[in-house]
Amino acid sequence: MITTLDVKPDLAKAQNADVGASKFCPGCGHGMILKTLAKSIDELELNERAVFGCDIGCSLLSWNYMNLDSVQTHHGRTTPVIYGVTRANPGTVGIAYMGDGGGLAIGAQHLVNAATRSENLLVIVANNTNYGMTGGQMSPTTMPGQKTETTPYGRDPEVTGRPAKAAELVAAIADPNKSYVARASVSNLRKLSTVFKKALTNVAQGGYSFVEVLSVCPLNWRTNNEATWDRLKTMEECFEVKEFLVKEGLE
Amino acid sequence: MARTKIVLAGEGGQGVQSIAKILVEAGYEAGKEILYIPNFGVEQRGGVSVAFCQIADEKIGEPRFAKGDIIIALSDRAIQRCATYTSADSVVVYDSSVCATKPCVPCKDVIAVEANKIANEKLSARVFNIMILGVLLKATNVLKLDDIKNAMEIALGKKFDAKPELRELNYKALEMGMAMIDKVGV
Amino acid sequence: MVKKLITQDTRMFLTGNEVIAYAANAAQAEFMYGYPITPQNEIMHTWCKLLPKTEAGFLQTEDEISAGFSTIGGILAGKRAFTATAGPGNVIMQDAQSMAEMMRIPFVCAVMQRGGPSTATVIYAQQETRLTCFGGNGEGFRIVYSTAGHQDLYDYMIKSFNTAWKYRFPTFMLADGYQGKMREPVTLYDPASRGITMEPTPAALRAPGVIGVDREATHLRNTFNLEEELMERLDQYQVDYDAMSKEVEEYFEYKADDAEVLIIAHGIVARSAMTAVDELRAKGIKAGLFRPITIRPLAVEPLRNVVKRAKEILFTESANGQLAQMCLEKMYGLTTPYQTLFKMGVGVTGDDIVNKVESMVKKMASV
Repeated sequence: MITTLDVKPDLAKAQNADVGASKFCPGCGHGMILKTLAKSIDELELNERAVFGCDIGCSLLSWNYMNLDSVQTHHGRTTPVIYGVTRANPGTVGIAYMGDGGGLAIGAQHLVNAATRSENLLVIVANNTNYGMTGGQMSPTTMPGQKTETTPYGRDPEVTGRPAKAAELVAAIADPNKSYVARASVSNLRKLSTVFKKALTNVAQGGYSFVEVLSVCPLNWRTNNEATWDRLKTMEECFEVKEFLVKEGLE
Repeated sequence: MARTKIVLAGEGGQGVQSIAKILVEAGYEAGKEILYIPNFGVEQRGGVSVAFCQIADEKIGEPRFAKGDIIIALSDRAIQRCATYTSADSVVVYDSSVCATKPCVPCKDVIAVEANKIANEKLSARVFNIMILGVLLKATNVLKLDDIKNAMEIALGKKFDAKPELRELNYKALEMGMAMIDKVGV
Repeated sequence: MVKKLITQDTRMFLTGNEVIAYAANAAQAEFMYGYPITPQNEIMHTWCKLLPKTEAGFLQTEDEISAGFSTIGGILAGKRAFTATAGPGNVIMQDAQSMAEMMRIPFVCAVMQRGGPSTATVIYAQQETRLTCFGGNGEGFRIVYSTAGHQDLYDYMIKSFNTAWKYRFPTFMLADGYQGKMREPVTLYDPASRGITMEPTPAALRAPGVIGVDREATHLRNTFNLEEELMERLDQYQVDYDAMSKEVEEYFEYKADDAEVLIIAHGIVARSAMTAVDELRAKGIKAGLFRPITIRPLAVEPLRNVVKRAKEILFTESANGQLAQMCLEKMYGLTTPYQTLFKMGVGVTGDDIVNKVESMVKKMASV
């Protein structure tokens, strides 16, 4: 006889209970990031003010993940859709959720210009150093030597350059008086939650926030648990985890 | 249906579009049907500037016409550029004190004026284009002098109020331009 | 709520781009997103200059991609938002336009055509006809009005908002560089004085009510897992599109009743055709004009009826037959012969059409 535990999953209010089993691959970082984000929104009680936008790539699977008004857009175009919303309806806490391809390659002009103009939204780039949904190609953040489908012998920086540093780039151009820019990692979800809360608070106050989250992609990395964790640690050496820009007075 | 088709062409900076705007504004205020297309290219400055103006009593159909009734060319390049807009019924006016060559195109009549020279010698280089507006006013004969003065007030009234002598200067240029054309409504 | 600038009939002498900005305000448009490209710039120049009086919103974006997508954002937020573009800008805005098509977003865009392909000229063309009707990776579930002068620009810009919000298909006002830059008199009016009520613009995101209490959270998407899921959706769109078409189709005929030579033209070229029809009639040639105003969807029955009656057809465009292709498909089975006068990226004058029709008539007589 099979017995089942009668324990409800620990869902945030900002998570959509109807979505059922996760659509992400086993071990994927997206679920961890999104759940941490949802709990942060709950804590700050921003559920009624928030609008969530997701990109193309694995991030699009979050189109109904949140129990928030949500819109799934095109590749790289989540940022303009969400600042279109917040410009038209000030007071909205806009969240643009995307991967490293959407944020740093095809949507790079929006990343740069939204930061320059201090658009009122939170841009989250989940960085797993490859294009996951399309089958593991090289992305702007692929690390030197990393094997992907389009760098089968490892990324050679002489040929395809060095990995892009999103948080550093944004911090260099964002307005220090209006912005919060940080890099966090799924290796420390408590810290990620702190980062999200600061980022969301800044947006709720009318500012611009950017959070890059170092994430994992065991499927395309072809790594087991241990190797996945090791890879994440290597990433944290390559991409510095810290706050880059904190508007004065932001708690 | 009475419709006058005007092509006005010159070098960038000669003030071609400025006088075209005054002309069409005058026509509009006088209750005429107007259609004005400023020619524009990729360059912001330096090309040949062309204004296509139509003044009519009834609603105007085509925005761009093939052949003008009157073509005013203020430079050699403008003469070349306008060759395609003349027909056996067109009158071509050119400034012989600017252009090195006389227009050699099929047309009814070619009239030479020396507005640039006269403006420089007797008034001011700045009102050269207003003198041309005077030429145009008399040559087309579809608008009255007062219509033009009205439109000049709309375009330049603030400048005139600040410097009243400018108004006199512009009126003088307008009259001198009109005097350059012998026959009304060529 | 934006402030209306035009409260009573006002005759003005404006450029077409200015007219469009005034029309958008008359339609109580609340937000414009835009990016500079000639020959449509003065739409946003005028819109920006009027902002202190209208209290509307404006954002200059980083490119036409973001202009298109942020317009979508504004619309989802429940604002009567719009954008405008031309040429290469229209090309890269297709990404957003096709998303609007899939998600039935009431996207409104004024297209001021310039020469193409590529950068070509900044002046004039009718070469974005096919792109505006059928751009994007879909089926062209769009509504496109082709205007022929300033009064049209005013009337159809206002109408575009209502058509878009009523039927929820992206709606375009297709004009061109001549119309944008030329000046002619126009009568501006308050739409209410013509019995026009603006369609409401409910928000899709952050609609009234508390999530989980008064309503469920909204989850908008344009992605589907199954082929059949997509087809079911699109089949319904086609049903909606066909039903809408009967209400939205518009056309204009000029002396077409007894026309032996029927000219088919759209936009500003149709105006040259009217000049030509008058000249040809004065010469004893029975010419007439059929001008589709909605070039997508086309008014098919009226088109077929008038074509059936004519002895010969002349298609004329400032393009290489982009409208003609759309018409010919709908004219299948009719045997009226046709000729063409296509000038790619160049204005068609009345004289051009007169000469062409005269040569057609001469040939007809000699056969």
